[in-house]
Amino acid sequence: MSEIDPTLRDEQYQLRVRDLHKSFGSHHVLRGVDLDIERHKINIIIGGSGQGKSVLCKHLMGLLKPDRGAIYVDGEDIVPLDEVAMNRVRRKFGMLFQHAALFDSMTVEENVAFPLREHTRLSRKKIRELVTDKLELLGLRNAEQKMTSELSGGMAKRVGLARAIVLEPEILIYDEPTTGLDPIATKNVDNMIAETARRLGVTSIVISHDMASTFRIADHIFMLQGGRIVASGTPGEILRSDNPDLRLFVETSGAVKFTQGRARGGLG
Amino acid sequence: MAQPRSDIAPKGSPWWLRLVDSFWVQLLGPILKGLETFGHMLVLLSQATYWLFRRPFRWREHLAALDFIGVGSLSIIVLVGLFTGAAFSLQVTDTFRTFGMESYIGAMVTLALVRELAPVLTALMVTARAGSAMATELGSMRITEQIDALRTMAVSPVQYLVTPRILASVLMMPLLTMVFTFAGMLGAYFVAVILLEVDHGLFVAETEWMVDAYDIKIGLIKAAIFGLVLSSIGCQQGFFAEGGAKGVGRATTRAVVYSCVTILMLDYFVGDILLIIYESPT
Ligand SMILES: Nc1ncnc2c1ncn2[C@@H]1O[C@H](COP(=O)(O)OP(=O)(O)O)[C@@H](O)[C@H]1O
Ligand SMILES: [Mg+2]
Repeated sequence: MSEIDPTLRDEQYQLRVRDLHKSFGSHHVLRGVDLDIERHKINIIIGGSGQGKSVLCKHLMGLLKPDRGAIYVDGEDIVPLDEVAMNRVRRKFGMLFQHAALFDSMTVEENVAFPLREHTRLSRKKIRELVTDKLELLGLRNAEQKMTSELSGGMAKRVGLARAIVLEPEILIYDEPTTGLDPIATKNVDNMIAETARRLGVTSIVISHDMASTFRIADHIFMLQGGRIVASGTPGEILRSDNPDLRLFVETSGAVKFTQGRARGGLG
Repeated sequence: MAQPRSDIAPKGSPWWLRLVDSFWVQLLGPILKGLETFGHMLVLLSQATYWLFRRPFRWREHLAALDFIGVGSLSIIVLVGLFTGAAFSLQVTDTFRTFGMESYIGAMVTLALVRELAPVLTALMVTARAGSAMATELGSMRITEQIDALRTMAVSPVQYLVTPRILASVLMMPLLTMVFTFAGMLGAYFVAVILLEVDHGLFVAETEWMVDAYDIKIGLIKAAIFGLVLSSIGCQQGFFAEGGAKGVGRATTRAVVYSCVTILMLDYFVGDILLIIYESPT
């Protein structure tokens, strides 16, 4: 971890987490997480189920309050902020939920238009144009009037992504964007994340336990285990790491062949 | 969740200690749970009030809630009102005739409707229809993370979801209660005057003499309080639902049961307090 004062706005790191603790009753989920998220990069957090990845995500946007610790967004600690002040910070973020969390009382178009209606004064016509643009970009032409219940899992995720990026946030959080998708849809979602990061220059934070996906798109990988970040590095560093937990996770995730191939290729 | 843990008696303790321990868990568990629920409700209610006066004002959501709770409940309230008035009138006419008090039938039926039957039965019907829907809607939005999604988009879910429902219930309950009363009187009149041939003049005259603005005020105040109760409970149960689809079902059941019990209990106490405050002129 870098030793620079986390309260300073820093060109390299947009988000910094220090000694984050969270318990639910007697269940101590986060036990001192330290995390530095680089600006404009794809940062992937891996770890087994129930390790607290979603809980960590929800802390980053102030959806949960930690028991202890600090979260700096561009140098500002968001932990003490109340809901009203937090809303100002949240406008820097977009979040794609694991199950998309689309509003089921609205159509696809209304879902994607929702952030625009809330936070801009654009005309109906302009909003409609923007929404159609975003949907087309994600391969969802002619889905505007569908109800969210008519969508497949992969489509729902893309609509969720459209809704998350429509205000062009600086930071995008994806909670398990590829879990439960077939290989082709997985690849599409991966491409979509990489595309979005490149085109909009956003800082991406991706939660995943899919190693193949991870090595395909990550700039930086963190491993969350036992409530702490136990390993961190570029994909190359992660592959060469001799951290036993990490090795076990990588090797049992079915991505061994892929990662070995890439390691050989990568190391020449 | 507040849940007293069984700390006193570790495994292998004497039987009486374990008995005390399990007694403590059995007894305190539900009490703590109840207090927690009530606390959540008060917090939610105060937040809903706070957000009512903050921009943006959500006209669309307010209108939708008014429409759902008010307009949507209209036909069922009219139907239940008609039959309640009719059934009540049937029994009252039968009884009062025996005692030669035919002239009081209209007054009796109307007073009962205005003060008791209309506010209470309207509240129970609105609970069944709208209170349960609030718990189900908010509950399913909670477990599918739609409520968190609202927050990520810097929209207050309390302002967006809870405030309109509570406000609409408080505003619509008195109106629906008036509709219920009117329908009830129609039903009562039909049964007493047309079917059982009570004299029209008697029915109307005594009613006008016995029932005044004071009675109507009691009924409407009760109705507004019941509206506050049923919507706060419905929203609280949904907003804090957990545990998947089952949890939503549980939230809905609880919303209906808690609301009905609270309404019927409050009916007595509010009635008592209002009688003291306004010292009945009749
Ligand atoms: N709101 C909550 N209340 C109680 N326990 C929770 C809550 N949210 C998460 N947990 C618990 O925290 C742990 C981590 O959950 P989560 O972050 O969802 O794991 P994952 O790494 O699979 O995303 C789990 O054991 C879960 O049961
Ligand atoms: Mg998760």
